[in-house]
Amino acid sequence: MTGTGRLIRLILRRDRVILPIWILVLGLLPIGTFNSFQGLFPTDAERINFAHVSAGNAGFVALYGLLRGDSFAALTSWRVGFGTVMIGLAALLTVIRHTRADEEAGRTELIGSTVVGRHAPLAAALITTAGASLLTGLLIFASLAGKSGSVSGSLAFGAEFVAAGWIFAAIAAITAQLTGSARSARSIAIAVLGASYALRVGGDISALGTGSLSWLSWVSPIGWVTHIFPYGALNWWPVVLSALLTAVAIAVAVDLRGRRDLGDGLFAARLGRANATPSLRTPLALAWRLHRGLLIGWTIGLGLLGLIFGGVGGSVLDIAKDNKGLSDIFARLGGSDQIVDSYLAGTAGIVGLIAACYAVQATLRLREEETTGHAEAVLATSVSRLAWAGSHLLFSLLGPALALFAEGVVTGLVYTQGDFGDILGGVMLQLPAVWVLAAVAVLIFGLLPRWSLAAWAAPAACLLILLVGETLQLNHWLLDISPFTHVPRLPGGAVSATPVLTMLAVALVVGVAGLAGLRRRNIPD
Amino acid sequence: MSEAIDAEGLIKRFGKVTALDGLDLRVRTGEVHGFLGPNGAGKTTTIRILLGLMRHDGGTVRLLGGDPWSAATALHRRLTYVPGDVTLWPNLTGGEVIDLLGRLRGGLDPRRKAELLERFQLDPRKKGRTYSKGNRQKVALVAALASDVELLILDEPTSGLDPLMEEVFREVVLQEKSRGDRTVLLSSHILAEVEALCDRLTIIREGRAVETGTLDDLRHLTRTSIQAELTGPPDGLATLPGVHDLRTDNGKIRFDVDTDALEPALQTLVKVGVRSLVSQPPSLEELFLRQYQRDER
Ligand SMILES: Nc1ncnc2c1ncn2[C@@H]1O[C@H](COP(=O)(O)OP(=O)(O)OP(=O)(O)O)[C@@H](O)[C@H]1O
Ligand SMILES: [Mg+2]
Repeated sequence: MTGTGRLIRLILRRDRVILPIWILVLGLLPIGTFNSFQGLFPTDAERINFAHVSAGNAGFVALYGLLRGDSFAALTSWRVGFGTVMIGLAALLTVIRHTRADEEAGRTELIGSTVVGRHAPLAAALITTAGASLLTGLLIFASLAGKSGSVSGSLAFGAEFVAAGWIFAAIAAITAQLTGSARSARSIAIAVLGASYALRVGGDISALGTGSLSWLSWVSPIGWVTHIFPYGALNWWPVVLSALLTAVAIAVAVDLRGRRDLGDGLFAARLGRANATPSLRTPLALAWRLHRGLLIGWTIGLGLLGLIFGGVGGSVLDIAKDNKGLSDIFARLGGSDQIVDSYLAGTAGIVGLIAACYAVQATLRLREEETTGHAEAVLATSVSRLAWAGSHLLFSLLGPALALFAEGVVTGLVYTQGDFGDILGGVMLQLPAVWVLAAVAVLIFGLLPRWSLAAWAAPAACLLILLVGETLQLNHWLLDISPFTHVPRLPGGAVSATPVLTMLAVALVVGVAGLAGLRRRNIPD
Repeated sequence: MSEAIDAEGLIKRFGKVTALDGLDLRVRTGEVHGFLGPNGAGKTTTIRILLGLMRHDGGTVRLLGGDPWSAATALHRRLTYVPGDVTLWPNLTGGEVIDLLGRLRGGLDPRRKAELLERFQLDPRKKGRTYSKGNRQKVALVAALASDVELLILDEPTSGLDPLMEEVFREVVLQEKSRGDRTVLLSSHILAEVEALCDRLTIIREGRAVETGTLDDLRHLTRTSIQAELTGPPDGLATLPGVHDLRTDNGKIRFDVDTDALEPALQTLVKVGVRSLVSQPPSLEELFLRQYQRDER
């Protein structure tokens, strides 16, 4: 552990921009939401009515979680429930960036040759991330303790975020030990986060209806922390569970770190083929080798999400049928069909955003190839820049299409009461929007390669707009920035060709501009 | 066509930094041409321009008779390249990388590949991530040398190789050279390697060629440092032309001597009587140092 202090200072210096950003954005999101709710519902009646409608809306529950209580504070903690996924993501990325990514790049070796204990890098990454999560929680507590009228509730609300940050920091600490590459460490950790979220969605939707699958929320850390209900039926147990899980995960990570050498994964690499197969002879074949893991992983992941979304569709229908008390609300929303449709269309939107993350990740593979020097080796052969980029882009365009298709098909098959074509169509209609985000990534990569990581800002912005856009009463101009705002809603909505064609055109123009930039610039830049 | 590479007045800027500042480089077909210069002098940048990976801001450049930027893909069929920083795809084996790069260029000779693997003692079945630095270098070398091409562009190809493998590399390049139709551009920091392989060389500094010619042409610019223990006082040595910085400590003398003044200096020493003598041939650093001082004057 010697040298941990110095390493923490190093991390704080390297992350001096991004760390404060995520602390402030996530820490102030609740109070911002609280204020805008106050503006949105001037009378108690309006607020309570909104709470009742929301509590039974399966699309809302899928996205934000279960709602308990009808105070402003309760609405706020429910609405920013997805923030726990965001803080989990921020935490796991931070930990891997300062452990496995450094190790892979050889920076840990450089540091290791100075006086630094073997466990110091892991300890430093965990302490910093845990500290940042704690600060986020404190911001939430401090900003809401007075306004919400419940000090203990606000304490629990802060703890909800802290717990999510800590758990996923600790999980990332484990995945960082498993393989030699930061990319797989990150993918595994994100997959765990994604699975936690999906399980929470499944459990919560089920709890709305018959409840037969509501236990799903309790095998998911995201489920735990969103079931604290700080301003509703306040429950401290998840906090205890989270602390235990964090402690166990850290112990496991430390133990794994002790069993392996610097730079290695836990699994020893095996010998492979001495000669390439005859098919490995084109840039496309190479791209397939580099992308297939990602493609298979995302397709299976989204397929499983389809299983959950489709599986709980029945529960949504049950709510509509059984709950006589809510019948007037359903009537206003247009009947039970409307409820299920809005749920299915809502989940299609979520799936679209997830697929967009895949598209951006696959596109940024190009930049990775460039910075590692692989692109230079390939482009020094008789492969043109367009052939090289094109073979990767094929995967960032068709990969998400396949993953979306898997999700749509599975949802449609599992949810038998719906119209299969509409369900699949609603999911596939996300594709133009997904491609717009992929094209934005191509544009940045082609014109401002050093800013390539900024391509992640696009799905992040779309997510924020989806989550809080309407609550914060952002003006239309801002909402319209997100291509997902323009996706026709299916089932239940009308499909018009104009937005679809417009998005395809935008994607084409933006993507071609990026490729034009790529053709003229230095490689590597 | 007698010139494989012909660059004149190349200029390359990265923002405010001028990496190449009017660089001239001429490599004749069939020769092994050494390309030397201190870190950051612009060797890799020049090579990247020759490969059409970067576009130059001024000057003219021809590679194998064509324009390296616009005709890149066609020209690349006729050359191979070993980058300065070899990185391999972590989950492709060395053998796969060799085959792939060869095929992407338009084919490689499997017999030649097998022979080179044998000579470099490289196991092609390991995954990219598990190779040591030297072995990664070998993968790139085998990939480049196994193809039958007109031009080899090698950027510090032996960095990380052990002396035995360095020797193998030299043998292979000499063998290629003996065919007479292959051109090699060899960027290197190892003077012994350049000395053993190169017909001619170009030294660059701060983006400009400061010297070009055969090694012998350049030798006259260099000095050998001598350290000797004598049986008597070194009379007459200090006044010999070509002897510099003569100094004595503990009965030993040290001085630097121009290469063409080496003989009279040694004769003087022998006349006095020599107990021991150490002579250091001009190192790469000294070559640069001389170059530097010459420019400042
Ligand atoms: N992509 C880039 N952006 C900005 N500056 C660059 C870039 N590539 C090279 N340079 C600068 O250009 C100059 C020449 O670099 P280059 O890599 O060509 O040197 P080199 O002679 O190959 O050095 P070495 O012996 O260390 O390999 C250096 O000052 C370097 O910092
Ligand atoms: Mg270099």
